[in-house]
Amino acid sequence: MEGEITDQPLVRIDRISKHFGEGEARVDALRDVSLDVHARQVVALLGPSGSGKTTLLNVIGCILDPSSGAMDLVGDRVIEDGRWLRSDLRRLRLEKIGFIFQFHNLIPFLDATDNVSLVLELAGSSPAEARGRASELLDYLDVGHRAGAMPAKLSGGEAQRVAIARALSNRPRIILADEPTAALDSKRAQIVMDLLRKVAAEQDAAIIAVTHDEKIFDRFDRIYHLRDGRLEA
Amino acid sequence: MNLAYRDIRHNLFRFVLTCLGLGLLLGVVLAMIGIYRGLIVDALTIARAPSVDLWVVEANTRGPFAEASRIPGDLREAVARIAGVSSAGSITYQTVEAEYRNAKLRLYVIGYELTRPGAPPEIWRGRPIARSHYEIVADRSTGLNLGDRIRLGRNNFTVVGLTRDQVNSGGDPAVYITLADAQRLQFDLAPPAARIAMARGTGGASRDTVNAIVARLQPNASVDVAAATIHRWKHLSAISQEAQELILTRSLVDRARRQIGLFTTLLLIVSAVIIALIIYTMTMEKLKQIATLKLIGAPDRAIIGMIVQQSLALGLIGFAIGATLIINVKDYFPRRVVLEPDNVLILGLIVFVVCLVSSGLGVRAALKVDPATALGG
Repeated sequence: MEGEITDQPLVRIDRISKHFGEGEARVDALRDVSLDVHARQVVALLGPSGSGKTTLLNVIGCILDPSSGAMDLVGDRVIEDGRWLRSDLRRLRLEKIGFIFQFHNLIPFLDATDNVSLVLELAGSSPAEARGRASELLDYLDVGHRAGAMPAKLSGGEAQRVAIARALSNRPRIILADEPTAALDSKRAQIVMDLLRKVAAEQDAAIIAVTHDEKIFDRFDRIYHLRDGRLEA
Repeated sequence: MNLAYRDIRHNLFRFVLTCLGLGLLLGVVLAMIGIYRGLIVDALTIARAPSVDLWVVEANTRGPFAEASRIPGDLREAVARIAGVSSAGSITYQTVEAEYRNAKLRLYVIGYELTRPGAPPEIWRGRPIARSHYEIVADRSTGLNLGDRIRLGRNNFTVVGLTRDQVNSGGDPAVYITLADAQRLQFDLAPPAARIAMARGTGGASRDTVNAIVARLQPNASVDVAAATIHRWKHLSAISQEAQELILTRSLVDRARRQIGLFTTLLLIVSAVIIALIIYTMTMEKLKQIATLKLIGAPDRAIIGMIVQQSLALGLIGFAIGATLIINVKDYFPRRVVLEPDNVLILGLIVFVVCLVSSGLGVRAALKVDPATALGG
C-alpha cells in the first residue's frame, strides 16, 4: 500500500514539544515528537482524546507555536528551537498547506466554485483564472455538476469533495485532514480516502490525517499512534 | 471576490429587514432633527415676516414675542419721523381660539396697517386684504379655504387670501387682519363688561393700543442710532431685528430646542449602539467561517474588509431608507419638519462614522478568532 517515497520529506518534524501552562498546571501535549512524511504518502495520526494529535496537526498547520524543536515544510526550515522563522504564517499556510475539515467548513455564502476559487484569489490569481482552476478541480473530483450549488444544498459526500477541491486549489504539497470521513457513511468514507490517495499520488503531495475511523485504516501508508504526547509508529 | 456582497446576497432577506429596521430608526433621528430645525424656523418666521429692521416695544420689555408689550398706536407717526426710518407700522399679536367646522381652531392673529410694514410676506392663493374690515388672510395650515367665513370675537371674517408656513413659535397658524379689527378683537370688552366700565366712568379709554411698532430703515441708516433715539423716550424700547431673532431662539424656544436637541442626541447614541450590536452579532455568527478563512490563509485585510463593507452597507442603505421615508412623510407632521440638505448630509456622515466605529467591535472579535477553532467539530 505504501506510496513511492522520495528522498526529501515534505514534512520533517524534529523533537517538537509543546506544553501548556507552567508548574503544577503544566500539561505536556507533545513530547519530543519526530516525524517525516514524504510526497505521495498518506499517514494517519491516531490516539485517544487528549493524546496530542490535534496539537501536532496545529503545529504542522502553522497555527500553534511549539515550545521547542524544529520543523521543515517542503524543504524550508520554518521552526528552529521552537521559534517560527517566518512571520507570515498565514501566507505560509496559503502557499504550502491545504486543509480538509471534519465538517467540510465550506463558506456557506459562496457556491462550490467560489469556495474553491477563493483560495486562489487570496493567493493572487485573477478571478477568471481562479474560476477556471476551480472548475477543473471540481470536475477532477467528480463534483463538477454541482459547481453552482451552495454548500447547504450539497450532500455530505459532495461537500467533502468540494472541500478537498478547495484544499487542492493552490497546489499545496502538504494536505492536513482533520477527521475527513467522520461525517460520512462507510461507503462515502472509502470513496473520499481513495480520492485522497489519488490526490497524493497525482499531485505529489503528502497527506496527514487525524482520524478515529477504523474503516479507513487500510487506506493509510503509515499509522502513527500518539499517547500522552509521544509518537509511536 | 467581494465576500461582503456574497454574504449579503446569501442572507438578503435578513439583511433587507435589518436595513429596514435601522432605516426606521434613522428616519426617527432625521425627523427629530427636522422638528428641531422646524422649531427654530417657526420661531423666526413671524418675526421675519414683516421684513423690518427695528421693533419698538414697551420700555423694559423684550416684546412682543418673549414678553407682553403695549404701547399707544399713535406713536407710529413719531417713530416714522425719526431720522433714518423710511416707514413704520403698528402691529398687534394675539392668540385666539375660533370655531371652525365644529372644532376649536387655535389661531395666531396678527393685526397690521394695510399700507404699512407688517403685511404677510407672500400670498400663496387669493389676494391681500383690500377692505378695512372683516377680511382675513390665513395660513393654509389652518385648514381654511378661500371664501370661508370664520367668527373671531363678535365679527365674521371672510378668507380672501392664503399664506404658506406662517406659524408662531408654538406652531399655531397665523392669520392676518387689519389693525383696526385686531384692536377691536383684542381690546373691546364684551357688552356686559363694557356697560360696567361705562358706569364706572372708565369706558371711554382709547383702544388705540398696539403691541409693537415695526420700522424699516433707509439703506444707509444705522439701526443703533435709530434705536438710541427711541431709547431716549423713556417709555419705549427698541430692539433690532437681529436681537429680536436672538431673543426668539435663545429665550422663547430655548427649552424646547434644547429638549429636542438632547432627545436627538440620545436617539443618535441609541442608533450607534444598535448599529454596533447588529454588526457585532453579524460577526459573531460568522466566527467559524472567519476562523476557516484565516486557516486557509485569508489575510486580515480581507476579513476586516468584509466586516467594514457590510457595516457601511447596512448603515448607508438604512440611512437612505430613513431619509427617503422622512422626506416623503414630513409634510404630514402636525408641525413643520425642516430638512436642509446640510442636516441630511451631516447625519449621513455621522452614520458613516458610527458604522466605521461600530464595525471596530466586530473587527476586534474577528481578529481575536483563533484559526485553530476551524478544526474539530
